[in-house]
Amino acid sequence: MYLSTRAKRFLGLLTFSTLSFIYLPLVIVAINSFNPSKTFSWPPKSFSTMWWSRIWESEGVLPAIYTSIKVGLGATAIALVLGTCIAFAVSRYSFYGKNTVSLLVIFPIALPGIITGIALNTTFHTFLDPLNKELAIWTVVVGHATFCIVVVYNNVLARLRRLGQNLEEASQDLGANIFQTFRYVTFPLIRSALAAGGLLAFALSFDEIVVTTFTAGPGTQTLPQWIFNNLFRPNQAPIVNVVATLLILLFIFPVWLSQRISHDGTSTKSARH
Amino acid sequence: MLISSFWNVDSFTGNINHTFSLDNFHQIITQKVYSTIAIRSIGVAIVVTIIDGLLAIPIALFIAKVLKPNYRSVVISLVLVPLWASYLVKTYAWRSMFSNGGVMAWALRPLGIEGPGFGLAATTITLAYLWLPYMILPIYAGLDRLPNSLLEASSDLGASAMRTFRSVILPIIYPAIIAGSIFTFSLSLGDYIVVKIVGGTTQLVANVIADNVGTAGNLPFASALAILPIGAILGYLFLVRRSGALENF
Repeated sequence: MYLSTRAKRFLGLLTFSTLSFIYLPLVIVAINSFNPSKTFSWPPKSFSTMWWSRIWESEGVLPAIYTSIKVGLGATAIALVLGTCIAFAVSRYSFYGKNTVSLLVIFPIALPGIITGIALNTTFHTFLDPLNKELAIWTVVVGHATFCIVVVYNNVLARLRRLGQNLEEASQDLGANIFQTFRYVTFPLIRSALAAGGLLAFALSFDEIVVTTFTAGPGTQTLPQWIFNNLFRPNQAPIVNVVATLLILLFIFPVWLSQRISHDGTSTKSARH
Repeated sequence: MLISSFWNVDSFTGNINHTFSLDNFHQIITQKVYSTIAIRSIGVAIVVTIIDGLLAIPIALFIAKVLKPNYRSVVISLVLVPLWASYLVKTYAWRSMFSNGGVMAWALRPLGIEGPGFGLAATTITLAYLWLPYMILPIYAGLDRLPNSLLEASSDLGASAMRTFRSVILPIIYPAIIAGSIFTFSLSLGDYIVVKIVGGTTQLVANVIADNVGTAGNLPFASALAILPIGAILGYLFLVRRSGALENF
């Protein structure tokens, strides 16, 4: 298609102004974390790191981070095991209801969080109430696992489809049993897909608030919940800004890393491990 | 959940009666406030989808067909990275944009306009901001698959850029646009955090549901209300099923 220079410039300008519009609010949060004013009157009148030094004294941040990490690790572990199993089943075997299974796995991420949340809440109550048990941290882990499975599943499935089965067949022809084949052939080949999927699953879980709200028991508070609860308190707002800035930095790095990993995985290099 | 929507909460003891009744649905249909909220929610979801579509098509076109291949992956990761930045942090960022004395008010003051403040407009803008990458990515993927030779053929046959866009590009990326719009539509409809943070006193269906679970403790009524967004999303999926967008899932 022939586009005039003017049309190209217009499209470019639109793209870059939208991209900067995407980053602008994030930059402003970062700047505001150095704003000494409690109400964030804009533009900041002076520069101060006082909120940054107060973050460790703030009540509840550290336990919330700890809870989020525990939930994230738990959900990621479940997702890695189940997601990989389903991916193997769907890519290697054909069975009755295969399409339904893959649709069911993707469903929790397509449904709005509030629906998944209420559905899980109702289910947990139906099963736990007769046992006189309450929602706790493990219910959050299970809730998060429902949508973390999808990312692992997608990553592993894509990798398995690309790999084909020749290498595994070769390994078995050479006398390796199924466990040896998995350990020395299949696992090294899917390792980077697992790492990328696991990182994304952890990031998803670390960020999730809606499902958390509906599945967390009293006394369980993850970091997003802490932010949400403190957002509306005028005295806490500066600390929220600092935590938000930290989160932006923390998030961008692992995502960038996981993209690098899965990107490298597409090259032939990784097949030589 | 669907079953529990037929139960009801005993107004005296607050316990859940596990008996079948249509009371919840009766209440939703007869009380005018719920239909207003439903229409408002669907309206917001539609406006967000349109804004995202209008922004995403030219951006995807630029990345896929104007940029040189080396820069392409860089710009795409620029689109992708904020997608993974914390959702809550992004919404919170817009709170400081719209707040009284915040960036928006400061930037608009020289023009003599008051900032929109917290409300329906702020909610729509924030939602459009949050879901924009979900619209850009499928359209980009669709355009990326579109061979350049088709576009060259079109201009060789004398079509202007506008005509090529309308008669060649648009029909081909139509399923991708629909796929993106499924995300923006259903995500907007299901969101209650954004409304709570930047919506002021605005009520949308998702936060009415959330309030019924949280503060009111009326899970059956919340479940009955939740059928509304599920129904709207299924209805939308049904409408777009013929476009072929669903085959990519």
